[in-house]
Amino acid sequence: MGAAARPEPTAVPAADTPSATLDRATRIAYLLHLADNALVLGQRNAEWCGHGPVLEEDLAMANISLDLIGQARLLYQHAASELGPDYSEDRLAYFRGPDEFRNYTLLELPHTGPLAPGARADRDYAVTVVRNYLYSELMLRVWHGLQHASDTQLAAIAARSLKEVRYHLRHSRDWLLRLGDGTPESHRRVQTALNHLLPYTNEFWLHTALEQAASASGLGVDMASLQADWAVAVDASLASASLQRPAAVANRLPLGKQGQHSEHLSYLLAEMQSLARAHPQATW
Amino acid sequence: MSSSVTKPLPEWPLYEVFIRGKQGLEHKHCGSLHAVDAAQALQMARHVYTRRQEGVSIWVVPSAAISASAPDDKATLFDPAADKIYRHPSFYALPDELGHM
Amino acid sequence: MYTQAMDVPEAASPSLKVVASPASAEQTAQEQAFEQRISADQKIEPQDWMPAAYRHTLLRQISQHAHSEIVGMLPEGNWISRAPSLKRKAILIAKVQDECGHGLYLYSAAETLGRSRDEMQSALHAGRAKYSSIFNYPTLTWADVGVIGWLVDGAAIMNQIPLCRCSYGPYARAMIRVCKEESFHQRQGYECLLTMMRGTPEQRAMVQDAVNRWWWPVLQMFGPPDADSPHSAQGMRWGIKRISNDALRQKFVDATVPQAAILGVTLPDPDLRWNEERQGHDYGAIDWREFWAVVGGQGPCNQERLATRVKAHEDGAWVREAALAHAAKQGARALAEAA
Repeated sequence: MGAAARPEPTAVPAADTPSATLDRATRIAYLLHLADNALVLGQRNAEWCGHGPVLEEDLAMANISLDLIGQARLLYQHAASELGPDYSEDRLAYFRGPDEFRNYTLLELPHTGPLAPGARADRDYAVTVVRNYLYSELMLRVWHGLQHASDTQLAAIAARSLKEVRYHLRHSRDWLLRLGDGTPESHRRVQTALNHLLPYTNEFWLHTALEQAASASGLGVDMASLQADWAVAVDASLASASLQRPAAVANRLPLGKQGQHSEHLSYLLAEMQSLARAHPQATW
Repeated sequence: MSSSVTKPLPEWPLYEVFIRGKQGLEHKHCGSLHAVDAAQALQMARHVYTRRQEGVSIWVVPSAAISASAPDDKATLFDPAADKIYRHPSFYALPDELGHM
Repeated sequence: MYTQAMDVPEAASPSLKVVASPASAEQTAQEQAFEQRISADQKIEPQDWMPAAYRHTLLRQISQHAHSEIVGMLPEGNWISRAPSLKRKAILIAKVQDECGHGLYLYSAAETLGRSRDEMQSALHAGRAKYSSIFNYPTLTWADVGVIGWLVDGAAIMNQIPLCRCSYGPYARAMIRVCKEESFHQRQGYECLLTMMRGTPEQRAMVQDAVNRWWWPVLQMFGPPDADSPHSAQGMRWGIKRISNDALRQKFVDATVPQAAILGVTLPDPDLRWNEERQGHDYGAIDWREFWAVVGGQGPCNQERLATRVKAHEDGAWVREAALAHAAKQGARALAEAA
């Protein structure tokens, strides 16, 4: 599998042109951003296995988690093939630290509300549903756009992921409505979760140099073009769920996709990576 | 935590699931699941009963809505409960005053 | 093995002895018809007349089987977050998901006998219902996950295949569905171990250690010796239990010894040896005190396993309630619109 040293995404053969180098570096970084999103959320959703509110939902969460991990695997494998023979999906997933992960901060948060200490045993289905909804509503549009990516492999991954995210969106949106317009308790929990999580979506719309470069080269989507559409859809769902959009928290700008995470990611990765890192030379 | 519950919560209703496979000619009964409504039952049936098959057709029916013929040896008996597919407790609406039975 | 607790007396249960009572002519005819169907290996279906004891036995066995699948998600689920490769993580989630599905099919089958899933879960959570003893042991390393797939699922398959011919239709059909999905579980567990045994010294040590801890509890899974299982006989007459505990256990040992040899692990039984005369393996004495202690609630993880399931159920009550409330509101809205 290779040594546990950090991967060097910018190492390229000498014969490449500067723009090819930039394109390759951009492609790898963009793929890792997409892959890290999928893996981190897949890891979180899988925490419900054996603990769901009803058996049928345990199955649904496992399904969603499997889809996300499947997406992560395809994206990591693609990035690994760009990086060279010393790289693999597992090297990227298990041997990068929190500062190298490029997922949205929203996805690494535990399933607890802001006032709970974050213990796994306090997981709240409202947090899970709201987070999955906000992310799925985004990725429906992102995967749709990426079907036309200049990178044909990414386009293929997008086509498959689009089918999956339609189901994830339907599942989370249905539950948003059931819980938002269910009992007073469920409404309170979902509104609290929404108040806590919605500000984290500000990060979706932060335009980074990477995203601009990716979009310009035809590899990525122009996120700015998705924002209005996403907001309209979210507002419609909130209205159907009898939920209030919380006041904007303008100064909340998480930077997870730039490698600056919340306190939660290091715990998540420490747990996820512990066994693999304990046996760096092993094959499983 | 919830306050003390004097009565158990009502259960999600039972639905019977019928699947027609890709190459199939008819829907076959494959089991049941609990859901709050038909739309949810359909969604759930997808990952409860069709995890390994794609492109299948799913029907869900509330179990209480199914009437069945009596087994041959009971043909001469009249029993209103005998036309249910089985004796699930939720098929029989009991007055609330009875509490949990 | 899902019958292993059938020989544990229920707290307050009707005796399974057939009580002689004045039988009506119709009832005698029904009993005879029932016995004839059993003898002819025909299926009993939910609407058919069946003796109360048959219904009761089936309910107990099927619900225990369902509880075992659900509780069984926990020891393996313990390693999902730490699976050492993405492929193994995905395989493990799929396996645990299958187990949840199996529990669901089995609750479904048991519900045809007239008890709701809620009632069965309440019995489990209150400690009145049993589940397979094996899930009261901890999964201490990743190798435990592979060993569970190889040995525990291997034992389960051996038990479940005969159940596909069980006399009660819904149970038999659920078992056919379960068995179709189960075959990948044992293969994946074995393949996981094979990879480790061909790996580093630490991986090999991890596998051997796991085998040392799980072997004897797995043998106990098949239930007490036939001589100590009075209810087995009745179950076998009714076509519920097809093969005796000892026979299944013997079959399992004989199948597993060569598999262990291929893996390169040692089974922790100095008395294990091939008996040429009976064409089977002799094996050492099982500590039945441990088995009865674990079945009785004194195993390493009994309290944790149960507490976890109770918590999931209680913490999820508001979710289930909300879904019902929403559906009721939608129903009322639809009616109002139609009016």
